[in-house]
Amino acid sequence: MTVTDTKPNDDGIEDEPRRNILDTVLDLLAATGRVFLNFLAALGRIANFTALALAYSIRPPYYPRLIVRQMIDIGYYSLPVVGLTAIFTGMVLALQSYTGFARFSAESAVATVVVLSMTRELGPVLAALMVAGRMGASMAAEIGTMRVTEQIDALTTLSTNPYKYLVVPRLLAGLLMLPCLVLVADIIGVFGGFLIGVNKLGFNPAGYLKQTFTYLEAKDVISGLTKAAVFGFVISLMGCYHGYHSKGGAQGVGAATINAVVSALVMILVFNYMITEVFFLR
Amino acid sequence: MSASETPKIRIRGLKKSFGPKVVLDGLDLDVGVGESVVVIGGSGTGKSVLLKCILGLIAPDAGSIEIDGDEVVNMTRRERERIMLKFGMLFQGSALFDSLPVWENVAFGLIQARGMDRAEAKRIAIRKLANVGLNRSVGELYPAELSGGMQKRVALARAIAAEPEIIFFDEPTTGLDPIMSDVINDLIVKCVKELGATTLSITHDLHSARKIANRIAMLYGGKIVWQGSVSEIDRSGNPFVDQFIHGRADGPIKVDVTR
Repeated sequence: MTVTDTKPNDDGIEDEPRRNILDTVLDLLAATGRVFLNFLAALGRIANFTALALAYSIRPPYYPRLIVRQMIDIGYYSLPVVGLTAIFTGMVLALQSYTGFARFSAESAVATVVVLSMTRELGPVLAALMVAGRMGASMAAEIGTMRVTEQIDALTTLSTNPYKYLVVPRLLAGLLMLPCLVLVADIIGVFGGFLIGVNKLGFNPAGYLKQTFTYLEAKDVISGLTKAAVFGFVISLMGCYHGYHSKGGAQGVGAATINAVVSALVMILVFNYMITEVFFLR
Repeated sequence: MSASETPKIRIRGLKKSFGPKVVLDGLDLDVGVGESVVVIGGSGTGKSVLLKCILGLIAPDAGSIEIDGDEVVNMTRRERERIMLKFGMLFQGSALFDSLPVWENVAFGLIQARGMDRAEAKRIAIRKLANVGLNRSVGELYPAELSGGMQKRVALARAIAAEPEIIFFDEPTTGLDPIMSDVINDLIVKCVKELGATTLSITHDLHSARKIANRIAMLYGGKIVWQGSVSEIDRSGNPFVDQFIHGRADGPIKVDVTR
């Protein structure tokens, strides 16, 4: 509602309608409310989509060929980018913690810092961010194109459930392959730290390795792998959800791809905190 | 179609709106066993929406759709999948799966929905490709490597591969040159005759409609405003049909050019 008490000016041109402060506040609240309601509605739709996909994943028919293909796409073809990310992260961690900790004579903690950072945090988070960029975008674009070219409708008319054929294999592959990728990333990251520690910072190789494993607990690795499984599921879920519901033509697929990657990235960071709290704040 | 026989498809009072826009407004249509019905109508009159409602891709707001006497509106997904085994559908844009080679597109329904052995399904797919005039080497190509006309033929082969009882054709000749359109029309007539299938097509190509139809129905304003045999269309006496077949801009059909 707007109060329009406009009077003609001397020059005969009407002023902008004057609005009182209450209306502005109400408009602002209404806009905020709308955003919040839309957010809740989107959350509901995603929950519904997830529940359907999970329900279909336990009922036959299963598509092992498609699951294997997705596992290769997500796991194997993401190895180079995840490996590169991990080795440089490990290297820079060693360098940064050495120079930083030197200020209070704690250089000896470098190996421990590297291994704990990699396994608990950086391995899962950075690998997931890379895979979200790669696979989340690819899934949304592929499924989105199938949607706008009626290929998903064609699946239905051929008596094939698109959830089982398209969504379930990607969810399973994400859930299973991200932990594998992260395990590899952890090892490569620690190796990167080892390289710098031994070659640039003058650590004794055996001493560095011993230091690496002295304070490492199973919980550190397990929490990282749990994160990886959740992140993998979230990446696939966002890719499939946004692709499946894309509208229009090329522009719609582009929007779906953006939404898939951005929502996956945000959810990875949110879940990262929540899972860390569950594991370490008890 | 005799009165005592259950029609293959029976539609009563079908309604569908998108927001304030009413697309189907109480549509009634029967398609008899073995009959070929073509629904004609202008762009945006809801022809595709009609097909998608029958296929369950869009949920209608009201009305009833019976296939062989079974009500299919609000069917569960599993029952729907069973009913869909009776159907073949040729999509307007062909809608071939671009991640699969041509033969696997044709064999898709056989392998995925009917659990047929891949080698056996491939043999059938190659035979179906031959039916639509494509040789076996095309089977190894991917859909993106084919021309529009060839894609359409592959899509036709896919629609008939499982020998369905009912086949839907969504604008089968749109986007093709006149000669290729005629090739597709001939193939449709030939395949439908061989299978003895019931067909429902939608098109605005009257040449195509005259060729493949037993009966033509005109859709306007969300309802069937006229239906009759192909021979009757030129002397229907219906102002909507007359305007449509002569392609006149003025008449009872109002085209909203502002939208």
